Amino acid sequence: MNERKSRFSSLSGLEIERVYGPEHLKGWTVEQDLGRPGSFPYTRGIYPDMYRSRLWTMRQFAGFGSADDTNRRFKYLLTQGQTGLSVAFDLPTLMGLDADDPMARGEVGHCGVAISSLADMERLFDGIPLDQVTTSMTINGPAAVLFAMYLAVADKRGIPFDRLGGTIQNDILKEYIAQKEWLFPPEPHLAIIVDTIDYCTAHVPKWHPISISGYHIREAGSTAVQELAFTLYDGLTYVDAAVKSGIDVDAFAPRLSFFFNVHNDFFEEIAKFRAARRLWAREMEHRYHPKNPRSLQLRCHAQTAGCSLTAQQPMNNVVRTTLQALAAVLGGTQSLHTNSMDETLALPTEEAVTLALRTQQVIASESETVNCVDPLGGSYLVESLTNRLEEGARDYFRTLDRMGGMVTAIEQGFPQREILDASQRYQKEIEHQERPIVGVTDYVEQEARSIPTLKIGPEVEQEQVARLSDLRKSRDPFKMAGSLEELQETAACHQKLMPALIEAVKAKATLGEICAALKEVYGTYREPVVL
Amino acid sequence: MAVATTPLRVLIGKVGLDGHDRGVKLVVRALRDAGVEIIYTGLHQTPEQIVATAIQEDVQAIGLSIHSGAHNSLFPRVLQLLNEQGAGDVTLFGGGIIPDDDVPRLKAAGVQMLFRPATPMHDIVDFVKGLRVER
Amino acid sequence: MARQVLAGGVRAVARVITWLENREPVGTAVLKRLTSPERPAMVIGITGYPGTGKSTLLDQLIAAYRRLGKRVGVLAVDISSSLTGGAVLGDRIRMQRHADDAGVYIRSMATRGQSGGLARATRDALQVLEAAAYEVILIETVGVGQSDIEIVSVAGTVIALVAPGLGDDVQAMKAGLLEVADIVVVNKGDREGADTAVRDLREWCPHVLRTVAVKGEGIPELIAVIAEQQRLRDLAHTLS
Repeated sequence: MNERKSRFSSLSGLEIERVYGPEHLKGWTVEQDLGRPGSFPYTRGIYPDMYRSRLWTMRQFAGFGSADDTNRRFKYLLTQGQTGLSVAFDLPTLMGLDADDPMARGEVGHCGVAISSLADMERLFDGIPLDQVTTSMTINGPAAVLFAMYLAVADKRGIPFDRLGGTIQNDILKEYIAQKEWLFPPEPHLAIIVDTIDYCTAHVPKWHPISISGYHIREAGSTAVQELAFTLYDGLTYVDAAVKSGIDVDAFAPRLSFFFNVHNDFFEEIAKFRAARRLWAREMEHRYHPKNPRSLQLRCHAQTAGCSLTAQQPMNNVVRTTLQALAAVLGGTQSLHTNSMDETLALPTEEAVTLALRTQQVIASESETVNCVDPLGGSYLVESLTNRLEEGARDYFRTLDRMGGMVTAIEQGFPQREILDASQRYQKEIEHQERPIVGVTDYVEQEARSIPTLKIGPEVEQEQVARLSDLRKSRDPFKMAGSLEELQETAACHQKLMPALIEAVKAKATLGEICAALKEVYGTYREPVVL
Repeated sequence: MAVATTPLRVLIGKVGLDGHDRGVKLVVRALRDAGVEIIYTGLHQTPEQIVATAIQEDVQAIGLSIHSGAHNSLFPRVLQLLNEQGAGDVTLFGGGIIPDDDVPRLKAAGVQMLFRPATPMHDIVDFVKGLRVER
Repeated sequence: MARQVLAGGVRAVARVITWLENREPVGTAVLKRLTSPERPAMVIGITGYPGTGKSTLLDQLIAAYRRLGKRVGVLAVDISSSLTGGAVLGDRIRMQRHADDAGVYIRSMATRGQSGGLARATRDALQVLEAAAYEVILIETVGVGQSDIEIVSVAGTVIALVAPGLGDDVQAMKAGLLEVADIVVVNKGDREGADTAVRDLREWCPHVLRTVAVKGEGIPELIAVIAEQQRLRDLAHTLS
């Protein structure tokens, strides 16, 4: 028979044979490797009934312009049936800079919302009942500061911390690996993360203090295996740091959550979610012997792959996103963000974000794919892919163990180089016509189809700068300076940071001032050159 | 007169705060493979740093990657500094997420070329190789 | 053009180095018209395997000499691909905080087929920087150890950099560069194995220092040893 290609392979380069059967699952057993949903090793899902009892959380990442702009978008999304909030911050905020910092010029409010002070955070959540929604905040370098602002808002409104639910991303290792938004060197950053874990365990028990993220690793060009391996190994690094600081593994491990990308390869992506759960359960069991089974369960959020979207024929992106979203659902995710078709061009318009949300709602309400738990369990192909992804990740685990852990590996540029090499291979496959992209390499249209995009005007920056200037004039400078001194002393003595941070934000110290004060204590990070 | 085998010197860098360096690093690799000498500045450069570097390194072109949405302020600023410092002959090109609407204005301001996402690598290489001029 | 170089014009300095790199006759002509300054520049070469932290140390040395009010020139050499002639010159990433300091000039150079750890035109470029009144000139070699030997004939002080954990490389360097290095620096000196490395190397070289370049530790000591080494060398010259 003449096949179209001499070799068929998954998006990550795993060879795919013509047909799969029992001969591909030698050594694999239902008892050891598949299990039942809600039971070890959780291949089939962390709950016995999955979407039969509760659908995934539909959580659209949103944030642009000023706090007031984003507050309006949040309220709109809640009226449209969204079930959780997710804040996107602008780049200055992500880098711990105020809107009036010279480096922030031209970037304020562009890739997310600008939050420089407690007052901004209050406006962001104005009229939103913090004890009735869950809030996810995509923030890493300055995560503890933004979290302190959120807690201070709740405190001002008289909401007890134990009624707050949500997540801070707070995953610095993937910043060094892929996203490149850090403030300090790894050691103090890890200490701050352990501190937030410790604080949540004691005071904000429903909060997820960290969302260990593969999303950005994949967006940087990694394969599915690399995404799985580096993300889970990052997770183990955090667990290790927390356990070494004296926190009992069962006190925090049930609150860890993960965040994965869902790319184009339908079956490989489904297998990735299944492999992630099994690998995490096995490694946690093997390395830390937790007593609470919830410490073994990998909970996750998923987002469709931004890097798979094309600027050409943008409406095709709706179709890509639909397939990716379906893969995440069949993979058993706990929450999901579907990208809007215009996100490769700009932040999404209200129409585009509504369509993206409707995509999830159609899958949930109309496709009848949610009736049965792990519907692809037992598929020879999917089980084989699950095995191969787990094995590939384990190979990386061994290498990383040998290198002395993730921090050393990052300092040597190892994960960065692996990802860059993978990205280059993929780029070459596209250029050699081995991976067609509809509308880009194939079925190209000469006439560009444009869609409306969201524009952020310069007034956002001007207004934000003006607000900061007012804030700096109106606050008590001695109280503010005192709170920063207290914070520096706390940091220098390796004391618990969160209470001092909450005091500093209440004293109206800005994000940039707080981060600058901490940099004086902790120093800054310079990345290894990987080219 | 330049010898035919003299390599081109090009500065490639990232201005602004975004850390999306996947694309820019692939461009660096592709240009190296095409025989170009690339001075790579790394992330988070200010327009001032870019222009000072371009002058010290005597490059023929500057290629900047921006994914943060700040292109409308950063590109014009680099052009302004180049002109002020007598280096208006350096070609400026760029890539990243730049909406169609913004392209004509940036080109009119003096950005020679803007590459959209998913541009084939050889288009970028061809453009840079085409810059070889007597100087 | 020569006048502009002598006046320290950055554009002129940069363009003349380009001409010299490209072997254009006009470059040689300008070079002939350049005069040496009354006080020769202090030329410091830094060599060592990749990953030892050469660029980071360089960045710290720039900062230190700037604090002393010196004008600093840097020539950072990277290897050209023998296949395509292309090169990725990334050393200056580490030094970019000095990019817009008018008292610092940094030039990345590709070897363009030259062996020995320097670029074809490094020597000429050095002369240009000296004429343009840069008082301290730092040269970062390609960094491949044994064959990185050219620097000895160019720099007044040669610093060989090693880092703990790169044991085999140190052994390999002993056969070549460590013998001619004036100063050996054990960088990343807070890591495991640093003590052993320092002890071991003292048997080979009288000046062994420990630094943690990312934190700036050991830099003042290094500056002092460089000054002392150059003083003794000049003294030896005068006496001979």
